[in-house]
Amino acid sequence: MKSYLPVDFIVERDESKCIRCKVCVNQCTYETHNYDAQDDVIRSKDENCVNCQRCVTMCPTHALSIKKNLGPFRDNANWSSEVIKDIKKQAETGGVLLTGMGADKPYLTYWERLLLNASQVTNPSIDPLREPMEIRTYLGAKPDALEIEFEDGDIDLKTKLAPQLILETPIMFSAMSYGAISLNVHESLARAAMRAGTYFNTGEGGLDSRLYKYGERAIVQVASGRFGVHSSYLNAGAAIEIKIGQGAKPGIGGHLPGEKVTEDIARTRMIPVGTDALSPAPQHDIYSIEDLRQLIYALKEATNYSKPVSVKIAAVHNVAAIASGIVRAGADIIALDGVRGSTGAAPKVIRDNVGIPIELAIASVDQRLRDEGIRNKASIVAAGGFRSSGDIVKAIALGADAVYVATAALIALGCTVCQKCYTGKCPWGIATSDPWISKRVNPEIGAERLVNLLRGWSMEIKEIMGGMGINAIESLRGNRLHLRGVNMTDTELKILGVKMAGE
Amino acid sequence: MNELDNKFINPFNQDKDFAGCSIFGMMSLEGKRFSSEDPIKAISNMHDRSNGLGGGFAVYGIYPDFKDYYALHIMYLSKDAKEKTDRVLASCFNIIYDEEMQTKAAKVVDPPLLWRYFVEPKKRRSPNLPEDECVIQAVMRINTETGKAFVFSSGKDMGVFKGVGYPEDIAEYFCLEDYYGYLWSCHGRFPTNTPGWWGGAHPFNILDWTVVHNGELSSYGINRRYLEMYGYKCTLQTDTEVLAYAVDLLMRRQRLPIEVVSQILAAPFWSEIDSAEPKRCNVLRALRQTYGSLLMNGPFSVIVAHHGEMIGLTDRVKLRPLIAATRGNMLYLSSEEAAIRLVSPQLDKLWAPRGGEPVIGRVGDKKIVGSAVKVEEPQ
Amino acid sequence: MIAKEIILAKLDSRFLPHVTFNDQICQVNAEGLHYRDLNSLLRTLDSHGVEKVELHSVCGQRYIGTDLKTGMAIEIYGTPGNDLAAFMNGPYITVYGNAQDCVANTMNEGKVVVHGRAGDITCYGMRGGKVFIRDDIGARAGIHMKEYMDKKPYLVVGGTAMDFLGEYMAGGVLLVLGLNLKGDEPHKARFVGTGMHAGVIYVRGNVAHMGKEVKMVDVEKSDMLTIEGLVREFCGYFKTDFEEILSKKFMKIVPYSHRPYGRIYAY
Repeated sequence: MKSYLPVDFIVERDESKCIRCKVCVNQCTYETHNYDAQDDVIRSKDENCVNCQRCVTMCPTHALSIKKNLGPFRDNANWSSEVIKDIKKQAETGGVLLTGMGADKPYLTYWERLLLNASQVTNPSIDPLREPMEIRTYLGAKPDALEIEFEDGDIDLKTKLAPQLILETPIMFSAMSYGAISLNVHESLARAAMRAGTYFNTGEGGLDSRLYKYGERAIVQVASGRFGVHSSYLNAGAAIEIKIGQGAKPGIGGHLPGEKVTEDIARTRMIPVGTDALSPAPQHDIYSIEDLRQLIYALKEATNYSKPVSVKIAAVHNVAAIASGIVRAGADIIALDGVRGSTGAAPKVIRDNVGIPIELAIASVDQRLRDEGIRNKASIVAAGGFRSSGDIVKAIALGADAVYVATAALIALGCTVCQKCYTGKCPWGIATSDPWISKRVNPEIGAERLVNLLRGWSMEIKEIMGGMGINAIESLRGNRLHLRGVNMTDTELKILGVKMAGE
Repeated sequence: MNELDNKFINPFNQDKDFAGCSIFGMMSLEGKRFSSEDPIKAISNMHDRSNGLGGGFAVYGIYPDFKDYYALHIMYLSKDAKEKTDRVLASCFNIIYDEEMQTKAAKVVDPPLLWRYFVEPKKRRSPNLPEDECVIQAVMRINTETGKAFVFSSGKDMGVFKGVGYPEDIAEYFCLEDYYGYLWSCHGRFPTNTPGWWGGAHPFNILDWTVVHNGELSSYGINRRYLEMYGYKCTLQTDTEVLAYAVDLLMRRQRLPIEVVSQILAAPFWSEIDSAEPKRCNVLRALRQTYGSLLMNGPFSVIVAHHGEMIGLTDRVKLRPLIAATRGNMLYLSSEEAAIRLVSPQLDKLWAPRGGEPVIGRVGDKKIVGSAVKVEEPQ
Repeated sequence: MIAKEIILAKLDSRFLPHVTFNDQICQVNAEGLHYRDLNSLLRTLDSHGVEKVELHSVCGQRYIGTDLKTGMAIEIYGTPGNDLAAFMNGPYITVYGNAQDCVANTMNEGKVVVHGRAGDITCYGMRGGKVFIRDDIGARAGIHMKEYMDKKPYLVVGGTAMDFLGEYMAGGVLLVLGLNLKGDEPHKARFVGTGMHAGVIYVRGNVAHMGKEVKMVDVEKSDMLTIEGLVREFCGYFKTDFEEILSKKFMKIVPYSHRPYGRIYAY
């Protein structure tokens, strides 16, 4: 069938700058560039280009630029080029549209409508550079009260606390499975988590045995496919996370295509080489809330109650009630993934339409748990499209204990959010299991870039807190008086629990 | 509280107000009662720290004839509110005696109707509920439901007297020269962006716990949300209210000693906790993990009092002043040394407590907790 | 020679019961005087060439020493209020008693000698002159002291200091003697020199906890000259034994860098 699809991008090469070094030819995993030896010229197939910017970045003479193909369709607010192309694509294939990364539509974010506070006169702002500014965070169940014996200045703790994760910065790396991302990326995240005093999440694909040495900074995930789950895996990590859902594709399972299941991945996932790794939509031992309790306690039993258990859900309509049930089922941490959460592969229609924004989810879950008097029983971790320290501070002020970031971490490693992760050909060596492409991420350099990002964001968080006159993050957490809203309805303000700016 | 009433007492709809202030406390370690003369003299020496928009006193040991009954001081912003409140009171308590509080003309602003009741909870109403809880429930109910009535004192054998005016004027208005107590805590208020209203003056009180406070709590938003989980309703629109409730929750309900509570309200830094010896480290860490939401963050110095105990505490980086001193059996706490010197030029000991380290005086115990930093008297 | 009759004639009548002259010394009974009155009285005395004033029964009056034009000597008996010698430019103040918070706030020139303790934020932003405190000082002493050309501030403390001593310090000299510390007991202050980027802190005895921007090093000969000069002056005011003070080891706290925060911004 003749394809009616126009090209998305146009590669422009300045011939006067091109030195025929063929870096672009070698770097492009989509075979966009070809060297014609006869004419000594490099030609580009625009239709292959995904605008990942790899060739542009690597070109030593800056000869390349990629332009968006603005044509050929007439401007139409309803029938945009994207819509027309999607329909044509489906007409030609009869398939479900696949995409990668998080939602790219602008109408789902509230961060820009929330503004932060600062001290003036009535209390002092604090200089975070010099004075202590504490952002250490503990995740896990807290008691409602402590029993303490006190005699002649000697204090003795009678209450035994549930196991806790200790974060030196309230930012963790979200679940990204080995297979969806390369081993080098996993290792970059693991090393960075070690150095920054935070945690990385293995995702649902297990943990390669070579990375067990980073286990003390790993949250090991257990999902419906149960890939790579065995007792040493469960005991390798600092915490266990049950994955119920993911913000990018609530209610949808996943699968890692057989061609990505290399020998290493097969060993880690404990499946034969080359078979599809299928993650069913539900966990088939959880058809109701009491089953979740059964699984939580099975995992606690398997690790002798030494590790906190987290339950990750996509933020959906009844998120507050669901979260309450999860806490009552015994979860120590509840991870909420908003509608802008990212993925290696998801049906586009699901990614862009299902779920609710993380801002509203944090606010309603935190308030619900407080209304029920069970907020102490679990920590809240928020995920789904955090782009800056500003977003993170706002999430914490709404009521999150910490956040998960994934897209930002991948961007730090080179990702340009071209949304083609599902092809497995990521030219930045990130979303791929191809050993040759994977080498593009060096775990040491990767870790350094990630640690730098966390350092920069942590300093910014401290700067913001200092401005508010707060020197410990527990005084920011759930402190919605440091937020004001703009451009929102009364209902939105009410759900977020914030006042209008100027009030 | 409906919107209209809210407008009345809090016209600018502030969640909390901001206040610079002076605080002063004076306690006889023998529990001997003394007159208002010295406390008033001392607090008015710090006149320039307040601006006439709030002053108040908490006095312990003032109602020996009624010491077994809860003394409720209630302010009414309307006659109607009193009728409603009286119905609530009649349903919860046996009212032993009640009267309009004795006042006289003084430079105070728009005084409300002030009434005093001596009550005992009705036992048959909820036999399993401790008396203190009955009182708290009634206070929360009156403060939130009736609209224009506020219980500003609810302990036994003690009382809070407060309002809009300079402290010395408030003292005159309430005829404090007629009262004798063994512990006085005093406050002069400087609210910066509310006009000041009678309920918003310090001290704040629940049962016999009182708090006077200088500073602002940047953590108020979360302190309040944490306390709301435990049934406290913050209705008085000021950050100091949360301090009173936090102290009630931790000290009365959870029975933690002030030495521990001070490590919650002004928690040590992680660097200090990490380097403490293991057992202590373990306790301090657990306290921060469990009670992080009650860390009072921002500059503060407070005097917390209840029967038999007076406590001074500052924030952990010491952004507000507090001076402690003793002379004979008297313990003094003050924002400024000069106020103490005015009433007791000679002192046995005077010291500035370190940020986050409490000063605790107890009736019958001459040893003051937190006086390790000894300073010789200047010659 | 001052003409006290002329001065008395110039004074507002409400001040008369408070003022007496004893030879060349003007004695003021500050009891019941509001700080604005007391300072206005001091301004009048200053502008008429009174060289020495004794203030008696001082109890909490603020800003004493501020906005005086000469090097007038002021002796204070009692407890002066906050901001003693704030923005002061020349006078020589002696306090027989304790001082409260913010002594020598942004002081430019002159001298303050306190026969007692001083409160928090002593010598904030001070840029010249000398302050001697016999006993302890409160938190954040010497915060953001700075020097430029021949302007160099000095703060000498006989006792110990509380947290954040010398915070943000940008110049000048801070000397803490710790005379009231027992044996090897370290100074009370934590976070000493945090954010410090110029100037020097000398301590006699140990410091348990310092800011990340500073290091402790041995004193050199030139340092000892400065220390000895200041200690000698200290001993003169407070009748303490010079040799005994010098018998204990001094250490010096200096910043690692004049630009401690050069590396915090991306680009």
